[in-house]
Amino acid sequence: MTTIVTGLEIAHKIEQRFPGAVVEATPEAAVIDTDRLLDVCTFLRDDDDLRYAFLNSVTAVDQLELFEVVYHMTSIRDNKTTAIKVRITDRDAPRVPSVTDVWPGAHLQEREAYDLMGIHFEGHPDLRRIFLWDGFAGHPLRKDFLNMPGGLMAGLERFPGEPGESLGGRG
Amino acid sequence: MTLKTEPFVVNVGPQHPSTHGVFRLRLTLDGERILDADMVMGYLHRSMEKLAEERTYTQNIPFTDRTDYLSAMTGNLAYVMAVEQLCGIEVPARALWLRTIMAELQRLASHCMAIGIFANDCGAWQTPVMHMMRDREKILDLFEMACGARLTLNYMRIGGVSRDIPPEFMPATRKFVREFPKKIAEYEDLLLENEIIVARSRGVGVLTADQAIAHSVSGPMLRGSGVAWDIRKADPYAAYGKVDFDIAVGTNGDVYDRFVVRIAEMHQSIRILEQALDMIPEGPVHAQLPTATVQPIGQPVAPLALRPPVGEAYGRIESPRGEIGYYIVSDGSPAPFRFHIRSPSYINLTPLKLMTVGATVADAIVILGSVDIVVGEIDR
Repeated sequence: MTTIVTGLEIAHKIEQRFPGAVVEATPEAAVIDTDRLLDVCTFLRDDDDLRYAFLNSVTAVDQLELFEVVYHMTSIRDNKTTAIKVRITDRDAPRVPSVTDVWPGAHLQEREAYDLMGIHFEGHPDLRRIFLWDGFAGHPLRKDFLNMPGGLMAGLERFPGEPGESLGGRG
Repeated sequence: MTLKTEPFVVNVGPQHPSTHGVFRLRLTLDGERILDADMVMGYLHRSMEKLAEERTYTQNIPFTDRTDYLSAMTGNLAYVMAVEQLCGIEVPARALWLRTIMAELQRLASHCMAIGIFANDCGAWQTPVMHMMRDREKILDLFEMACGARLTLNYMRIGGVSRDIPPEFMPATRKFVREFPKKIAEYEDLLLENEIIVARSRGVGVLTADQAIAHSVSGPMLRGSGVAWDIRKADPYAAYGKVDFDIAVGTNGDVYDRFVVRIAEMHQSIRILEQALDMIPEGPVHAQLPTATVQPIGQPVAPLALRPPVGEAYGRIESPRGEIGYYIVSDGSPAPFRFHIRSPSYINLTPLKLMTVGATVADAIVILGSVDIVVGEIDR
């Protein structure tokens, strides 16, 4: 059975090595200071107790007031898994260091996050759009892409079949 | 005398038999040698991740069929497992066993296609793939019996499966499990020591174990490189913890080993099915979901949507192509706040440049075939 190392546990390990690098620790993931991300990732990959050599997934989440980039990683040697995050508050030009030097497996996934969410991964060797064409306006996975009439944000308040007031043509 | 030549760009695809869909490989060549390989994708991009944010959790299950359309069951399963993890739903035992049976049948069907099309890429035009299509049809017949569909199955549900299997399913599956090893033996006779396949695939597209791990490669590609990592063993989900099977592992990490690993995995799937058909218990196939409890008083009875608690979950399983993961973020509403698919076909393409640069054009076709891509899953 894979051991799930919680964000609190991994935050403790990171904090011992890099004091002040953890911004916040939640059970899901440790939130890392963007400037220390590469040091922390190299430590997570190379430290003999951790050895998170396999990067499962990199993705970005639009949390409306900020962006989160989420990294899920696995230690194949010890069969354990954990997650870290970084938060970016600058919505106009979100920037985060690329982890392709630490895990080359992030290459295509960072390109995808750049294309669909508009996060600039600094130091990425080939940061181009991947699914959409060059010149496509905007980044479709952002919550403010295609604002609904009346300023509604994407998301459902209510399932269309449920009792309640009319949904006004949505759903 | 040496001739000075210009590098030459060749487009493989988007409409090319070796790209298995609409996918384009832009090769820069010096004679027959590849200097650079660039992937162009997105022809099938439907932005499922955005569409899913406008639909309820249950309405999103059909999307997961249409990502990896050769392996709809495993796509379904990874998604519903992520949602179950988010809601803390306990799935009944019979449903877990049905999921195991369906996922293994799907793995056989998907590997049939993977091996058949790979033989196509090696030059055995259409004959092996037709043999394997013939046998895959029998698996699709079983799926049709269980859920009415053959390709986009939509069988798994959050909390179980959509319906119990009909009475004729068990004898038909037993018959299939009895007969299919003969077919695998046939493929082995036909392909395993075939001179052309060996000549075209041995020592081609080598990926060492360290390179494979660093590039986040998973599934038969990772195991072909000699890493015994299979989520069915490492983190048993459904009923995999209760069945006995081995992880098929290669040694050289070349195209041939990936192909051999897939054939060996078919034997293991048959082993799992044999045990699962004997061990499956009777009982309900669907858990009670925590939806009915919020029915407002005085309102007409109507279905209520599932509202998972605020939080996030990453559900992952071993699909025929590798680790398929669903990262779901919930804000407590009936639709996911963020729905991300970690698709193995897409991420297994990361080291394609590493494998193809320096090889020949003919090698590139075989290397791409050994990755076993499904374009619906790359573009999503």
